[in-house]
Order: sequence, then C-alpha cells, then structure tokens
Amino acid sequence: MNLGSDIYKGYRGDALECLKKFEVGVWFDVEVDSTRGNFRGIILPRSETADDDHIVLKLDNGYNVGLAVGTIESMTAHGRREAHYKIPEKAFPFDPKKPMVKLLGTGGTIASRLDYRTGAVIPAFTPGELYGSVPELADICNLETEKLYGVFSENMGPEQWKGTAEKIGEEIVKGVAGIVIGHGTDTMHHTAAILSFMVQDTPVPIVMVGSQRSSDRPSSDAALNLIHATRTAAHSDFAEVMVCMFGPTSDQYGLLHRGTRVRKMHSSYRSTFRTIGDIPLAMVDREKFTPLRDDIKKRRKDRNVTINTAFDDRVTIVYYYPNMKPDIIDSLIDNGYRGIVIAGTGLGHVNKPLYPALKRAFDEGISVYMTVQTLWGYVQMYVYDTGRDMMDLGVIPAYNMLPEVAYVKLGWALGQSEDREEVKKIMLTPIAGEITEREPHNGYLIYQGGIPEVEEFISQYKK
Amino acid sequence: MTLEDYQAVGMKSGLEIHQQLDTEKKLFCRCPVRPYSEVFDAQILRHMRPTLSELGEYDGTALMEFKTKKNIIYQINKETVCTYEMDDTPPFELNQQALDIALEITMLLGCKLVSEVHIARKQYLDGSIPTGFQRTTILGVDGSIPYGDRRIGIIQLGLEEDACREISDIGHERVYRTDRLGIPLIETVTYPDMRTPQEVADVAQIIRHLTRSTGKVRTGIGKTRQDVNVSVAGGRRVEIKGVPRIPMIPLLVHNEAFRQLALLDIKKMLNDRGITGETFRYDSAEITDIVRGTRYLPVATALKEGLEVHAVVLRGFRGILSTKTQPETTFSKEISDRVRVVACLDTLPNIAHSDSEGETFSSAEWTKIKKHSKMGDKDAVVVVWGGADDAKMGISEIALRAREATAGVPDETRQALADGTNGFERILPGPNRMYPDTDLPPLAITDERIERIRATLAELPWDRQKRYEEMGLDSETARRMSISKRRYAFDKAVSKTDYPPTIVAELLLGGMRRLRRRDGVSRCDDTSFVDTLNAAGERKLPSQSLEVLLKKTCGDGVKPAEAASSFEVLGAGKLEKKMKEFASSLELPDIDRERLVNYLTGQIAIRFRGYITGREAFDFADRFVASV
Repeated sequence: MNLGSDIYKGYRGDALECLKKFEVGVWFDVEVDSTRGNFRGIILPRSETADDDHIVLKLDNGYNVGLAVGTIESMTAHGRREAHYKIPEKAFPFDPKKPMVKLLGTGGTIASRLDYRTGAVIPAFTPGELYGSVPELADICNLETEKLYGVFSENMGPEQWKGTAEKIGEEIVKGVAGIVIGHGTDTMHHTAAILSFMVQDTPVPIVMVGSQRSSDRPSSDAALNLIHATRTAAHSDFAEVMVCMFGPTSDQYGLLHRGTRVRKMHSSYRSTFRTIGDIPLAMVDREKFTPLRDDIKKRRKDRNVTINTAFDDRVTIVYYYPNMKPDIIDSLIDNGYRGIVIAGTGLGHVNKPLYPALKRAFDEGISVYMTVQTLWGYVQMYVYDTGRDMMDLGVIPAYNMLPEVAYVKLGWALGQSEDREEVKKIMLTPIAGEITEREPHNGYLIYQGGIPEVEEFISQYKK
Repeated sequence: MTLEDYQAVGMKSGLEIHQQLDTEKKLFCRCPVRPYSEVFDAQILRHMRPTLSELGEYDGTALMEFKTKKNIIYQINKETVCTYEMDDTPPFELNQQALDIALEITMLLGCKLVSEVHIARKQYLDGSIPTGFQRTTILGVDGSIPYGDRRIGIIQLGLEEDACREISDIGHERVYRTDRLGIPLIETVTYPDMRTPQEVADVAQIIRHLTRSTGKVRTGIGKTRQDVNVSVAGGRRVEIKGVPRIPMIPLLVHNEAFRQLALLDIKKMLNDRGITGETFRYDSAEITDIVRGTRYLPVATALKEGLEVHAVVLRGFRGILSTKTQPETTFSKEISDRVRVVACLDTLPNIAHSDSEGETFSSAEWTKIKKHSKMGDKDAVVVVWGGADDAKMGISEIALRAREATAGVPDETRQALADGTNGFERILPGPNRMYPDTDLPPLAITDERIERIRATLAELPWDRQKRYEEMGLDSETARRMSISKRRYAFDKAVSKTDYPPTIVAELLLGGMRRLRRRDGVSRCDDTSFVDTLNAAGERKLPSQSLEVLLKKTCGDGVKPAEAASSFEVLGAGKLEKKMKEFASSLELPDIDRERLVNYLTGQIAIRFRGYITGREAFDFADRFVASV
C-alpha cells in the first residue's frame, strides 16, 4: 500500500527518525511507552513551525499532547484511522422571487467547519457549505459563490485588485442584484479604496466583508457580518463600494462604510473598522437599514459600469519620523519609484534635511503627495513656511485623503498617464469620496476612557 | 443501603473536580485575580452559533443551545477584565506560575506527565465563555490515590481557564459577569471507581485536601466545584454539574442512581406496551379557544397575554408521567425541564398533564381537552402554553423527551439542586467538541522544570498521616492533623520540644479552637506556639498548663519565658488543698448529687484551668461531694 509522503506530514529531524524507527506514521493508532509513562492515541500531523523533538498524539478524550522523542521507548501500532474531509452538501435553496447575490472569495474565512477528528478548521465556501453554516442566508437571497483567490490579505496586490475589478464588471453585466466580497480584514480598506476607483458608477451594492474572530468559533462575528453584507447586497439602495463590519463589539448592528474613507483601527477588536473624518453611510441589522447621510448613490436598474484597472506599482508610502534622513528618499528615486505618498506630521510636515531629496524627486518627474499621519484632518501647507517651502519643491497636498487611499489612487493614476499634470488632475479630482470638501463636527469622535461622563455613557449602552 | 445494594444495581460513580489556583494573574491574560465584583462598568451583547462538524452535523449540545436563541449579556468590570475576556484580543502567553502549580499537583496525583502541552478549544455554546470555547490543556494522565485498601484511578489532570459567573437566565436572555473568567483552574478527573455515594464524597475530600496541602489553591465558596458522574447498569453516564459542597454529594449520587433505575423501569413499561423509538407516536392540537375562561391561573394568565395553548397526546403513555423518578418528583418533571430549558418557557408550572389533573384544569375542561386532541384511554396528554415560536419548540421538546423514554436514560448533563435531587441542564456534549487552539504554540515541559518542581513537592497527606500514626496518634487524629493548617507547627513542636505528640496534637486541634472561642485569641503563629512550649518545657511545667500559657503569650502578648516563669507550679498535695479550699468557699446549690458534681466540676475546671484536666476536676468533685 503506497501511503505516500503524507505518512510523515510535518515531521522532520529526530521526530521523523523516531516514527521511521517504529514503523508508524500519521493517523496510526498507537500505544507509546515512554520514560514518563504510557499513552495511547492517534498520531497527528506536526505543524511546520513547531520543533522536531516531539510527536503529537490525539488521546481518546479529545486532547492533543506532545511526547518528547527522547523519552519514547517504543511505539506499537493498533491500526490506522484516515481522515476524510468531505461533508454531505445541502443545496442552497433557490427562490425565483429573491434577488441573486454573487459572493467572491479572495481569502479570509467567512465560514468554516471543523474536523474534530483531526482538529482541522476547513473553510466552507460553496453555497451549500455556507447554507449549512449560516442557514439564514437562504431567507435573504439566492447565492452564487466563486473563489477568486485564497490569500492572506496582506498578500493582496495589484494583480488581485485588477482581477477582482474585472470580475465585478462581468457580474454586474450578467445582472446580479449585488456583490459581496469575502476578504481578510488587514487590508480590506486598501482593497475597498482601489475598487472604488477601478469600479466606478456601479448600479448595484458592492460589499466587502470579513471577520475579526475566526469563523470556527461560536462567538465569531463572521455569520452576522455575512448576513448583514448579503442583506445589503440583495436589498439595500446603496450602490457604492462599501465595507460592512461590526458597529459596536456587541452583536447589534453592522456599519456600512464608504470604501475610500474607511480604515482598520484596532488590531483585534470586532469594532475595528471606522469611517475617518466623516460619518458612515448607514447602519444595517437583521431587519432594516438606517441611512445616516443623504449623499449615498442609489441603486439603478441599468447595467452600466466603468471598469478601469490601470495600475503602476512603482508607488510607495513614506511614514515620516523625526531624524528621517534624505537617503531614504534618494534610494526610492534610485530604485525607480514614480510616485511617493508622504504621511507627514501635523498639518503635513517633514524635516528640512529631506528638502534636497524632495527637489531631486521633482526634477526626476516623480509625483510626490502629502497626507497626514494623524489620519483625521486636512493637509494644510500654507500655515507654516515649512509647508510653503515644500510646495515650492513640488510636494502636492492631498487634502484629507487617507495615506493608504492616496497610495492606491496614485498607483491607479500613474497607471493611466506618465504626464505629471494629468496625474495631478486625476489625484485631486474626487471620484468616490476620497477627498471631501467639508469635515463635519462628528467626523472625529475619539472619546477617552476614564472620564466620568464618558464612562457613564458607555455603561448605559451595549458596547 | 449497603455496598451490596449499590453493587446489585451496578452503580458506578466518578468525579471531576475543578479547583482555582492561587495565582496573581489570570491564565491567558495579565488581569489580576481578584474577589468577585458586584458592580460592572459596561455591558456587551453576543450570540453563540454552533459550528458544523465534518459530518455535516451539529453537536447535540450545540444544536440545543442554538435552539434556545438566547441573547447573552456580559457585564464587565474594568478591574478584572481586559480585551481578552471580551474576546476582542488573542490570548497572551500561558501563565507560568499557574503551570508550575498545576504540574506540582499532577505529580502529587502520581500522573504521567506529557512532554509538550497543547492547548485545545472545548466548545461551549451556553455563553459562559465569550469566545464560545474554553482554552484547556492536559498535563498528565493515569495517576491514582489511595483509598482505604484500594486505589482510585485518576484519568487526567488538566489546566484550563475558568468561565464567567451566571447572574440570571430568564426567557431569552442570559446574563454573565466576567470577573471569574480566565482564572486558572485545574480539573482532576477520576475513573468511575467509586461504588457507593459515601465513597464519592470521601474521595472528593481526599482530593480537596491534597490540593489544599500545596497551599497554592484558592479557598472559599465557589473556588472548588465538583461535578459527579453517575451510572447504573443499563443506564448511562449522567453528569451532575456544579455540586457546591462535598456533604451534598452522597444524597445527590443516591438520588441520581435511583432516578436512572426509575427511567429504566419506565422504559420497560413502555416497551411492554409495545412502544419503542420506532413505534412511538404523538399528536398535537391547538386548544387555545377550548380552554378560554379557565380558572387555572398559569393558563389564564397566558391567555390574557395573548399566548397560545397546545395539547400534545403521547400515545400509550398513560400513567408514565406520574411515575416517581426522584423523591417528591415524577417523570413529568423531566418533560417540564426540557420545556423550560430549550423552549425558554421558564415560568413554572409550564405544563399540565392528564396523569395528574387534580390541581390544574377543571374536570370538564380536561374532558374537552381530551376530546379535542383525540386522546385515547391508554394515552396521556401534556398541555403547554407560550408565544407561537416558544410553544412550537415546547411541543417538539415534549415529544422528543417522551420518545427518549423508550430508550431509557438520555445523555444529559444535570444540575444539582439544593434538596439533593437534580434537574436537566443540557444535552451531554459529544466527546469530540475539541480542536487545537492555534493562537498559541505548543509548550515543552523540560526535564529541568520537572526536577525543579519535584524537589519542592509537599509531603502527601496520606504519607504524613502514616508518619503521625507511627508517632502514636490514633488514626482519626493523625488524619485530621495531616491536613490541618497547623501541621507545620505540629512538626516543629514535636521535634523541638519534649511534649508528647498526642498532647501537641490535642493543643493544635482542640486547644486552639477553645482559645479562639473562649478567650478571643485570634492569632497564634507557629513560632509563638513552639516558643511557648519550649519555655514551658524548660520549667518542666505540666501539659495542662500549656493552654493557659498560650493564652498569655498569643492572646496577651506576654513573652514565653516570662509567662512560663510566672506560672506557679503546684505539687499534687498543694493543689488538692487549694481545690478543697475553693470548693468549700462555694455556695453549693441545693440539687441532686449528680447535677451537683457536674456543677462543681465546671467550677473547678474553670478556676484551676491549666492545672488539671477535665477528668481530674470531675474526680475531685466526685470525691468532694461524697465527703460532704
């Protein structure tokens, strides 16, 4: 029987030698005699990042333990238990009266199932699998799924953005009522921004969704996010590129954020996504939508959409810090970058030693834009003469565009023209809310914990 | 009931004991371990969803919890909670102090240690843990402890995080407080080696003493929790959760064994009537309008609130519902419990049934109900009321539990009730609700760590008890001394002073209590104790004097040497003379001889405390009264 190389999955070095010595392998049901006692269980695959000194056993009671190779005196096989990852699929019910939603997968696990025998968490992605995990979806819409990519979101890039934008264009023409895009949360806002430029004037909702807590756990926000996102795609009147994630950390409502003004603001909180410098588009829950503004583009019956997937990836963001040296900018120029977005301090400042490098960049035809590290607020380079000096060097203020948004937009603009003035026109002409004329008073609401009235307020509402 | 009686029904019982460890910080975050709080700063709302397994099915417990559709509220207090408890931050590195204590106890139980600790996720959907799973590990397997002339096997010892405290559970909302969440807990699981209810309580005590002997576990109400598993031949392992006090265990185990026997009898009755899982039949009918105007208060109230009333006919079940299953309880309670827990109809009574019509609907109403629902002579009918969704769930739970009766004892987790009976808590979870926690890497337990801990292992209580018995203590006193807080004082005093072990033990176990109660001496540390005995020994003072001296040194702060030197030693003759003088000075009451002797004994004992024992006082009093 050819068991293939999988019989030693993950085991290396001393641990691999030990398995070979006793003629056992992964999924073998073994009895182990060791200097610390004897154990009985099934040998599981070893994780690649773990050491090569231990063998992992799954005991009868469900727990996994590691046994040090150095303590093992003998291993006797009592059979083999293979793991099969098939589940019987239930078909997602079709209802001709319900709208069709297309779910595109790029990565991130919006739903999963567990193989308790091995402990593996397996993504559930086909409509049948999603229906099994989140049966409520069938009450909302008809669903088709397509896996475009399967990457961690930090590995998303121009190739994936282009592919996704093109696919969106195709689906819109086919006539779907709305599109949901499953995406890892780390760079969801980057993708939301670039799609806002690559897909313009969409007649239907395009909703990005993910989960902060892995979907294998009972407490995951995945299911509710997915329910909110599909409702938005199927039934809402909002024809924009949006991010749909939790409002508070409680299971209460989701928020729909405009794709060009949203950002992940906490490494792990469910409520991590926030609209910066403005208010979100709407609240969404299981029953209703509550629009929060009156400038949301409305759903249309036509199928016209503009897809423009230009992108020149010779762009970068430079996060200024005190004592930054001009060699950083010089090496960018020397390495052929054509666009630099600076996240400057305060109103958009860097130190004087950088000026010669900035001049050099301008002279080489490179586009340099200024945004603010503070994220909230406008770049305003007239106020201090340092700012005025920089504008003389060709640094262009990007108003209140977020640094990451300016970065993807600059790549998109450079992909369309080599003429710096043309690029500037594209950059500074707002298409999808990436630059706003006014910042409302409630666009910056960061209240500090500990202050009595704030604590009082929090204690009255579910967080 | 004797051992033979329990053996005749094949009763087996095992324990799962959860014990909080006395660490500064929690297990997977750096929050402090503090006393539980009554106030909270914020609330979070969550729901729990089950995860599909590889079989495309949901775990039975998960499905049950999902059916209940509860809103779960967590009340958080900023002193004891960070974003980890809120399930908004991944876990921090495992608390090493907790691991050391847990390894120590694993070794004391004689378990075989694992080489690498893997953290597992055990799913719970009742909301008691915000992530929906508990992070749990196993440190050792296959240990044992001595019990009488045999040994009780320990299946495993694990280190895991404690869950939230339930504050309330009403209708569709359950409220938890998160202060307890994350406190390090060890779980000791025994084999089902106990054969009588008393043995279960005894073993629980032994394990309790063993863990306490390390001095590194938290003590107090709720810091130790016992779960008891009980089964009888033909029955099933049923887990009774959350037994708060060991003395409750024997009655709980006994009642559960007999509940299972009763359910097996019911199974036989049903099977004899030809009713099995396949042939089981039921029907339901809405009877809201039929019972309008009833004076039966629970239903009248429901009707006023616009709720529905339904009747469920269980074919062939006549008499089953009124069959006794526990003291003061019948089978109908099994059904009522399911309706309460799963359909969330928790205002009791939540059902009425035809086996016990008396105090519910009028007989005319019962006749109408039976007719309308087409109940036959051999059947039973159960009436349930609630909102449309809850009532529907109620009907299905009634049918479900009735069908389970044809198979015998269902797989359940029960909760211990104050009167020694138990009630349904949830469907027993499947054995494989666990999968690896990939947020943290596996942790190797090195030989160095094991040796370091082994070197500091406390003496096992039973070894200590044997040592004390060899010193001359009777086995009960030796047992008590071996687990007493004062055992270190005992060891020191016995080795450093000349007073015999029996005297020292009596002082520490009995004398200290008297000093506290009678003389208000609240503290007597080991050093003061030993020094007092030493000082007394140097002056060769009799052992009767020690209690009085301790009152002076520990109670009044007198230095031991001074207290000893100021103690007037009386020879036997002088003592007798003084006692006679004292007795003669008393105005003896005019009562019968026996009571007079007792009265005088008391007076003498108090006056001459430190000089004579109670027995000697009695002898004197006896002689004195006889001579008068």
